[in-house]
Amino acid sequence: MSKMTLKTEGDTHVVVTRRFAAPPEAVYRAHTDPELIRQWMLGPEGWTMPVCICESKPGGKMRFEWTNGNGQGFYLTGECLEVVPNRRMVHVERMHLPDPTPDNHVEATFEPDGSGTLLTLRMTLPDAQTRAAMLSTGMEHGMEASYVRLEGILQPAAV
Amino acid sequence: MQFGLNLDAAFSALADPTRRAILARLALGEATVNELAEPFEMSQPAISQHLKVLEDAGLVTHRIDGTKRPRRLAKEGIEAMDQWLEMLRKALETNYNRLDVLLAGITKNKQKRGARR
Repeated sequence: MSKMTLKTEGDTHVVVTRRFAAPPEAVYRAHTDPELIRQWMLGPEGWTMPVCICESKPGGKMRFEWTNGNGQGFYLTGECLEVVPNRRMVHVERMHLPDPTPDNHVEATFEPDGSGTLLTLRMTLPDAQTRAAMLSTGMEHGMEASYVRLEGILQPAAV
Repeated sequence: MQFGLNLDAAFSALADPTRRAILARLALGEATVNELAEPFEMSQPAISQHLKVLEDAGLVTHRIDGTKRPRRLAKEGIEAMDQWLEMLRKALETNYNRLDVLLAGITKNKQKRGARR
């Protein structure tokens, strides 16, 4: 399936797009309601999100904690900057591995696309080096945060 | 999975607009340092420096042709980066495929509730 695109833009951006067969209201809710977030933003099989705080209002706090149930885990903290309900959310986030990664500024837009939604995540990293590091090594932790343990995905036996 | 190149170096190499422009030019075919320097307002040594970064990163290679050393894209390195990005896309897709199922559930429940009214 090639519904998703992931590409770099300029020196410091990464842009991800994805289409969903549900209206913007639903996709927005799945990105802002903690009870929904923790059902899908998990990465490979076996990982869960025991803690999910997502206050979708300016100044609101975000905290996602993941664990694989075997003592491995990490977490993300962030702050919500701007919200237009069902359309747009801007936040900054960082992964704690446990040392914090540089801030990733993420603008998420939810646009009507036929009967569905076009989601665009526009990420801005502090500089080209940070983006390079995120793309080359840290992205398994660094993006929306859940693509954890890429090796789990890499090794067919583990899937 | 072995990528056969240093991805850190490869992505760092890509983080510079001149080097991306050089790669774009080489995607059209082999070129000498002189030819590569032409469109840029840069000295040949500066271009050579960028080429060295790209070669060290495994993205560009050269052959020797008399006194010339024409550069071309290193197919293997470019493909390895492509594979890596493809893998990231797949990792993201795992989440989004899960979200598709969740959204289908939400939409269905809504319709049910609507029908009952």
